[in-house]
Amino acid sequence: MGNSRRDFLKIAGLSALGLGIKPTADAFAQGAAPKVSVNPKAIRGKRWAMVINVQKFKEKGPELQKACMEACHSIHNVPHFDNPKQEVKWIWTAEFGHSFPDQERPYLHEFEEDGLKGVPVLVLCNHCENPACVRVCPVKATFQRPDGIVMMDYHRCIGCRYCMAACPYGARSLNWRDPRSLDKDGKPFIKTLNREFPTRTRGVVEKCNFCAERLAVGKMPACVEVCKDNEIVFGDLEDPKSEVRKLLREHFVIRRKPQLGTNPQVYYIV
Amino acid sequence: MYDSGKVIVGIIIFVGMFTFPLWYGVVTKAPLEPPKLEKPAKGKECVESIAFMRSSHMELLDTWRLDVVREGKRIYTSSTGKQYNMSLQNTCLDCHKSKANFCDRCHNYVDVAPKCWECHIQPEFRVDKKVAWRSE
Repeated sequence: MGNSRRDFLKIAGLSALGLGIKPTADAFAQGAAPKVSVNPKAIRGKRWAMVINVQKFKEKGPELQKACMEACHSIHNVPHFDNPKQEVKWIWTAEFGHSFPDQERPYLHEFEEDGLKGVPVLVLCNHCENPACVRVCPVKATFQRPDGIVMMDYHRCIGCRYCMAACPYGARSLNWRDPRSLDKDGKPFIKTLNREFPTRTRGVVEKCNFCAERLAVGKMPACVEVCKDNEIVFGDLEDPKSEVRKLLREHFVIRRKPQLGTNPQVYYIV
Repeated sequence: MYDSGKVIVGIIIFVGMFTFPLWYGVVTKAPLEPPKLEKPAKGKECVESIAFMRSSHMELLDTWRLDVVREGKRIYTSSTGKQYNMSLQNTCLDCHKSKANFCDRCHNYVDVAPKCWECHIQPEFRVDKKVAWRSE
């Protein structure tokens, strides 16, 4: 009796081994499983940041700023709604005093009059290191990438606008209307359509993405590319040899509302 | 049984209505042909086998979406070793030139309405046409 139990266990063990062989053999026979990877041409960084030279922009006049906005908004299919309350913007201008309200001090105007009073400054999403919008998003549609870019997954956005309330820079806009429809004159809200980039839909919030889709194929952000004379410089803040770090070493820079603790990553040379 | 006449007639009517979808097509001889899809002019093979794409393209696109948006990984190496840019708009629709003659034919047949084209731009889309993402 004992002997036959022993035989039974032996056979059972061999059978189990035999059953295990098939999946293993199948796995080897299948060949390479599909893989996903980062484009080798992609520009990679540890902490993306941007330096905007306000003085250079002041010298160049408003055309260059307009060209930056135009490039960004046409590449990303940003709609131009005619109602200013419904405006959608990724990059825009605000006058110096409004962009940096915390820079107020007595007799500032004496400096500002021939300096920066009322000068329009390019502003955009600051890609904060401590982004308020990411914290409040109830569906994790807004998230922070390891390289610091604060990105949106438009598929997930439910249009609750918590992020718009949380962002101290007004960098987020809701599509109050269908961006693909027409204005009252029958003209499309999206003036020039870039067929390589999606549009958004009604009820979705949108904002600047530091041109993540361009970095992924080895191109610089659109606004940076427009500026031939380094008016805007983009680079890796954690690389001591990068152009942005060099500018931060050589110039006095300010940031928008840094006292709020968001640690904005767009720096302004004044 | 009380009221057996009414009850039996009632049961017959109920069974008839309940099985309506099963016999309606047989009685009216409505054609039950699977949709014919427009084949892309360029390229002989899709990113994966046709059987896999038929059954699982939605799962593939779903993982592509997560990989591209969340992970920043945009290159797909298929099981045959070929590399593709993971993009519905720029890769899939570069071969399948028509949403109406490809996507819609199956989706209408099985009555599903994915919302891809509210944002992604289908080849047929024209900016000057009103609400063009809906099925044309």
